[in-house]
Amino acid sequence: MDLQSAWAIAAKDFKIFKRKSQVIYITIVFPLIIGIALPLITQYALNNAKNRLVGGLGITGLMDAFSIFFLVGAAIIPTAIASYSLVGEKVQKSLEPLLATPMTDGEILLGKTISGLVVPLAAIYASSAIYMSLMDLVTHSKLGYLYYPNWHIGAILLVAPFICLLSVELNIIISSRLNDVRSAQQTGMLLSGFPFIILYLATEFGLFTLTDTNLIILAGVILAIDVVVFFVSRAAFQREEILTKWK
Amino acid sequence: MTDTEGLTKKFGDLTAVDNLTLHVNDGEVFGFLGPNGAGKTTTVRMLCCLISKTSGTARIGNYEVGNSADQQKIRRMIGLLTENVGLYEELSAYDNLDFYGRFYKLDEQKRKEQIEYLLKMLGLWEKRNIPAGTFSKGMKQKLAIARALIHDPRVLFLDEPTASLDPEAAKTVRDFILELKKEKRTIFLNTHLLDEAEKICDRVAILKTRLIATGTPQELRRSLSGRKIKVQLQRVDDLIVEAVKRIGFQISEVTNNSLLIDVNDPEKENPAILKAIEAAGGHVQFITEFGSSLEDVYLKLVKG
Repeated sequence: MDLQSAWAIAAKDFKIFKRKSQVIYITIVFPLIIGIALPLITQYALNNAKNRLVGGLGITGLMDAFSIFFLVGAAIIPTAIASYSLVGEKVQKSLEPLLATPMTDGEILLGKTISGLVVPLAAIYASSAIYMSLMDLVTHSKLGYLYYPNWHIGAILLVAPFICLLSVELNIIISSRLNDVRSAQQTGMLLSGFPFIILYLATEFGLFTLTDTNLIILAGVILAIDVVVFFVSRAAFQREEILTKWK
Repeated sequence: MTDTEGLTKKFGDLTAVDNLTLHVNDGEVFGFLGPNGAGKTTTVRMLCCLISKTSGTARIGNYEVGNSADQQKIRRMIGLLTENVGLYEELSAYDNLDFYGRFYKLDEQKRKEQIEYLLKMLGLWEKRNIPAGTFSKGMKQKLAIARALIHDPRVLFLDEPTASLDPEAAKTVRDFILELKKEKRTIFLNTHLLDEAEKICDRVAILKTRLIATGTPQELRRSLSGRKIKVQLQRVDDLIVEAVKRIGFQISEVTNNSLLIDVNDPEKENPAILKAIEAAGGHVQFITEFGSSLEDVYLKLVKG
């Protein structure tokens, strides 16, 4: 496995992402929403003591529920970015020249996976840093201690790369069937984002609690799915398959 | 040297390339002619190790197509211009080439030199920092050719290099291929354009899933119609026609005071024909060798 070649593909994708307003938009807007908007909502809720949002879960429960947004982001952001990386190559018909180079299928796939992972993870970790700082600022006077960092958010941020990876792998499979970036994004978001939105809502309504134990179980399940989906995406990403069967 | 022996590719029940046997010498420009679906692109893809063969053998140099140990070595020694240019439109011309140069282990200095050489030769150096998406079709095609040449391959596959180009851009690309021909690279050219094949190729193969014919354009023309000469006279009469027939030549056509005569070796036979015509009172204005065009040959073979 030639890591330099794989990295060259990822670096090329990063250059292209810089020129894609939607990619920039997603990577900037997500940290703003999660990192700034959620603490502001919390601040608003705390200032209105009767607010039901805080009432049901308590401040810490609310913050734990909010932290699931990082899992939702880990599922959704790679979809938006990987669609440009793979379907974009299909649309520009640039895959065939790339496949004619001495690179192996695995090196190309690794390059695409790196480019689909790095930007979303950077956005998630940057937004988590902003989120934790602002949340501590907002809640410190009420709680009397700094809630973040804690094991809970740490576990969530450890699970996030597995979810990102799952999202990228799903996108590789989706890209083999679709020819339009937006359709690939929408399908990917539906497939990889929807389960985590359900998870968030279940937590918000008290139907499920994302305890540290549950997070470890979730990580194990996602890792197992990652392995299965990796083999499916690996099978989809073969030179001959790409040239003769990808639509 | 590139050889194929019984090379076959099937997609399910569909046979795309059937039992193709070829021998192409180093430094030769070899054209694949054929209608859409004739198997030209599939053949190139097999030779470039992009898709597997169903049966048969193929070798490029010392490496065997289909042998997993040789795949990367073959890809390292070939350059491919795909039917669709497939450039990264957001990247500059320079970055497009630099990206590809990395896969062939060219160090930074070598990449710089090679990119400068190719872009200057193709007249794109001044536009090296402009995104490829803003280029005209001809410029994009030239850049795609440069990409195929970034690692200075000895074997080059050009799939429809002038398709969808305007005549001026097509001429520029064609002239460039002729320049490459001088460098003694082995070039495989897929084309629909018979005129282009005739100008550029040393030999051509006419494909229609199977190999229908192969040879130099001249050989193919002769194989269809033999060699003919057209003798333009001041006036044709029966005496002249009889005089030519009497010395053993077949006249295919008499039109507008000209005779179309079947010959085997015009250089040797023309003097006798001229002598017979003049002895019969004819006045020859000029003689030209007359033959079927490659287009005639192609249409007859492909349709027939």
